[in-house]
Amino acid sequence: MADDAPVIYGLEFQARSLAPQSAETELNKFFIGTQSLRNENIIYHIEFEDESNGINKHVYRHPDGEIWQITSSPADKQIIATVYNSVSTTKAELKCSLWLLPPEEERSRTFDEPQSPTISLEKIVDLPRQEGDNLVHALWEPQGDGSKIASISESTLSYLDLNSADATARVIGSAGIDTKPAKKFCSLRWNPHQNCNQVATGFETSLRLWDLRSMKSVKHIENAHSQQIRDMDFNPNRQYYLVTCGDDCKIKFWDVRNADEPLKVLAHHSHWVWCVRYNQCHDQLILTGSSDSRVVLYSVNSLSSEPYGMLVGDDDDNENDKENQKEPVPQEDRMIGKFEEHEDSVYAVEWSIADPWIFASLSYDGRLVINRVPRDEKFRILL
Amino acid sequence: MTTVGEEGPGDRRKRRDLLSMYYGKSGEPGKEATSSDQLDIDGPGFDPDTFFTRLVKEKSLTDLMKKEDELLNQITTLDSEMQTLVYENYDKFIKATETIRQMKQDFRNMEEEMTKLSTAMNSITKSSEDIERTLRDRKQEISKLASVHVLLKKLQFLFELPNRLKQAMEAQAYGQAVRYYIQARKLLEQYGEISSFKKISEECNEIVSQVAGILKAKFRNEECTPQQLNECIELLLHLKEPADLLCDEYLIRAKVKIDADLDELHRQIVLMETIKEQISTDLPADILEFVDIGCNGFISDLSLVIASYQELFIHRFQSNVELSRAASNKLIEFVQKSFNRYFDYVEKRVGFEKETGDNTLLVRALDRFYRRLQAMNKLLPTVDFTESGTQIVYRAACGRVSHYFESLKQYFAACLTDIRQALAAQQASARNQRSLSDFLDNLQKSFIDQLKATLTNLQAFVASDITFCARPVFRQPFCTQQVREGFVVRMFQHIFQHATNCCEMTSEKSSIPAPLLLILSKLCLDFSTSTIQYMVVLVEEQFFIQNKAGLTSISELCRESKETAQKLLTHYVRLEGTVVSQMIRKSIDTRDWVNTIEPRNVRAVMKRVVEDITAIDIKVGQLYEEGSRKEQSSDSSKRTAASRQMGRTIASFTPSTIDPSVINNINKLFSERIEIFSEIDFNKVSVLTGIIKISLKTFLECVRLRTFGKYGLQQTQVDTHYLYTYLWRFVSDENLISFLLDEIVNSTLQRCVDPVPMEPSVIECICDRG
Repeated sequence: MADDAPVIYGLEFQARSLAPQSAETELNKFFIGTQSLRNENIIYHIEFEDESNGINKHVYRHPDGEIWQITSSPADKQIIATVYNSVSTTKAELKCSLWLLPPEEERSRTFDEPQSPTISLEKIVDLPRQEGDNLVHALWEPQGDGSKIASISESTLSYLDLNSADATARVIGSAGIDTKPAKKFCSLRWNPHQNCNQVATGFETSLRLWDLRSMKSVKHIENAHSQQIRDMDFNPNRQYYLVTCGDDCKIKFWDVRNADEPLKVLAHHSHWVWCVRYNQCHDQLILTGSSDSRVVLYSVNSLSSEPYGMLVGDDDDNENDKENQKEPVPQEDRMIGKFEEHEDSVYAVEWSIADPWIFASLSYDGRLVINRVPRDEKFRILL
Repeated sequence: MTTVGEEGPGDRRKRRDLLSMYYGKSGEPGKEATSSDQLDIDGPGFDPDTFFTRLVKEKSLTDLMKKEDELLNQITTLDSEMQTLVYENYDKFIKATETIRQMKQDFRNMEEEMTKLSTAMNSITKSSEDIERTLRDRKQEISKLASVHVLLKKLQFLFELPNRLKQAMEAQAYGQAVRYYIQARKLLEQYGEISSFKKISEECNEIVSQVAGILKAKFRNEECTPQQLNECIELLLHLKEPADLLCDEYLIRAKVKIDADLDELHRQIVLMETIKEQISTDLPADILEFVDIGCNGFISDLSLVIASYQELFIHRFQSNVELSRAASNKLIEFVQKSFNRYFDYVEKRVGFEKETGDNTLLVRALDRFYRRLQAMNKLLPTVDFTESGTQIVYRAACGRVSHYFESLKQYFAACLTDIRQALAAQQASARNQRSLSDFLDNLQKSFIDQLKATLTNLQAFVASDITFCARPVFRQPFCTQQVREGFVVRMFQHIFQHATNCCEMTSEKSSIPAPLLLILSKLCLDFSTSTIQYMVVLVEEQFFIQNKAGLTSISELCRESKETAQKLLTHYVRLEGTVVSQMIRKSIDTRDWVNTIEPRNVRAVMKRVVEDITAIDIKVGQLYEEGSRKEQSSDSSKRTAASRQMGRTIASFTPSTIDPSVINNINKLFSERIEIFSEIDFNKVSVLTGIIKISLKTFLECVRLRTFGKYGLQQTQVDTHYLYTYLWRFVSDENLISFLLDEIVNSTLQRCVDPVPMEPSVIECICDRG
């Protein structure tokens, strides 16, 4: 059974930012923000139809500047936030704003004139920031009512409360790095466990976990990577497990309770690894994107919540199942595949929220590739 | 059956000749007579006619006359002789007749005498029968009396026995006493019940038990000689002392001596143990002396014990199988116990030898130890001491091998540390730059020398005059498992492991300097090409290894070595690439590219990059060969090609209608994907290409994260052009560099707010000035 061919879609501009629409659990929807200094940037709202293998898209104008990062509200399908570069001839500043998508009926399918989207996003609020301090990353709390957002600037981690009623963003707490010489925050990720009271931040080669209630660092992994940490992700099912990636071409798995040594190190990329994502349903599946223009999918059973495959329910106790259960052999950790559809550095990969077997990757040259987990692997997990 | 008839005719003839000779008559006168016989006048075959005719024919008249006279003379002589003979014989005949007559007369007398004798004999027989008849009754009485006499004699002996025993005891003639007692014992046992004898018996037994007591005391006495001892035991055995008790006693007695020997050995060990603490001024014996002490003390004494025990007990009991077996079992148990202790000490003592560097003493000691064990085996063939002896020797040898392994390991580590320090010192001062190949040669040479020296040391164990090495139980595993696998192969593997660890050390503090990686890489490469082959073959020759089944093969080892070399080189490239990358990255990250000033110069960091890469090039060149490049044009055309290439990027950009990324993508369609961290070949060009690729890719990624102003773009143009002009010569494929640099400029263009590129001529001008 041949796997379906990946779907490739080219954007008009270069792009770095890709995010799944968190509040959409039925359709495979992604947001992409372009990155162009001299043209007006746009936000693509992509829908991937699994049945037809086709792509629908809406485009909205994002007039304020090139988009570096994008995140979507987990509660409201209409709201997204972008980190963007506001450029003048003398200054380039990174800011973050919340945007309201136009209502459904006003959206126009713009297959005909992709170059000139007519509808613009409506800005809700700018996130507060200090003058001269570049915002780097902003992320919505992955669960909840969409009222909490965490952001990092180069020097500060902020925890913000959004009030959609009067369109304000209030800083609940903030914290900085006390190391000398001062290091810059470069990556951010929520811990979905423990009521979302934790975020992880990467700065240079170190990793720090913060408790948002006290805004104190609760865990520090010094020199987690030999070079800069680019991204990390929490295991959605095992609360102490975390994966990081960085410029040393490696991805490392950690148990935050005992983080002296990584649990596992994988090195399948030949350049910096820019992003890493756990599959939200099957946490043995891990996706990475790298500036060697490749996307790699791993199966790390040994550290997943279901090392022996899906547990079969008690109801269907036919003999085959019994035999299977008698000798649960954990599958080996391995690389499932390298996806080589990209020709430039891949800065973002994301799983679809709706379908756990679909993932999207975006390379700098504006190529979006939507791919599926190979069927063999899918069956291996399910059966 | 042989009959006379079957005898050969020759035999018969001979016999007949003999007979005829005896009877003075020639058997075959005619037949045998030749002409000369016929002529011999005295011969038996004389033929007068022939003789005569011959004479007439041959002789002259005078001669004939002469002959006639002669013959006449002879005839006369013969006649007179004949007469004499006849006369004499006649005389004799008469005498004989007389004699016969005389004899006849005598015999007649004798006959009468004989008859007389016969009658006399008859009367004698008769009287003798008479006498016998009368004497028969008396004879029985006499013999009875005689036996009573004997009995009385015995009884007298018995009555005298206590006194005699006492006397003998007092005279210390215990042998005599025991002999008396043994003679009497049967009687005493026989008549013991009778009251009068009871006393004697008791008395005797008492004395004898005293004697036995004295003998035992003597037996226990440490000072008595073996002969005395032998005597004692013999007497005691005669006294029916239980043999097994005697055996025990004997062994206990022997144990005192043996234990003293063993205690001495133990003392040596304690000395050894305490020497480090300087408690004792008494220096412990070295291993050879120790073994000597063991041999001369313990083993000699034990041999004596065994020999005399066998003499005293086992041989004596030969008739009694059960007893002899029990006795020899006791002996074996005793010997084994003693030997266990001995082995224990020897093992311990040998254990102390692990630290010393020299082998010969130990090997000699072990050899001596083993020889003595072999000798023991001859003495007591039922117990095999050499088995455990070989084990001890083997363990000692293993201990040596692992000790050598450890020290070589340390030596290697020390070599590396030396190199590290030397490299660090070099970094500190620019003077006295030693070439890396120098270090490599030194390292390789000293390591191989050390390895060889160690092997020579270990060879002592398999020297031809060493007895234990003849045992396959020792030799086989020692040569293959220990020396080849456990030492040489393991050493190489250790180096590979160590090198691999070097690659995996990620933390900044403990990371090893890059040049050392390079040296190690080359070392492993050299190992794989020649050294391993050489060393393994050497080992196999020196240690006579023929059966190589199950051993690590040379090719396997070489493969491992090459892999390690590859790993090291790859790591080196990454390390150096990262160093250069960090430099570039910092320079881009820390600058405000929007508000930078117009470029007047190449940035210092780019010069630094070129300097560093040049330095790396020199270092790599000291160890690795140049390697092949793709076809390249001459230097002068290079420059123009470079500017042309630069020009292309800019030209494609200026008509602003086409997005540069489109051009970029089209360009990419025609170029292959570049592996940034790819496999590195073992040559200089490949290494340099790797490092440059990593650095430029970093450049590219960093540029993409920044926003540039007009002058920022121009500065990048200048920098990339500068890099191109200096870096192309290092790489295998200059298109690769130009491609990456184009990418950088392109990305900068895209990241530029106010894209006004600089004129190529100005760029070249600035670069030339820089």
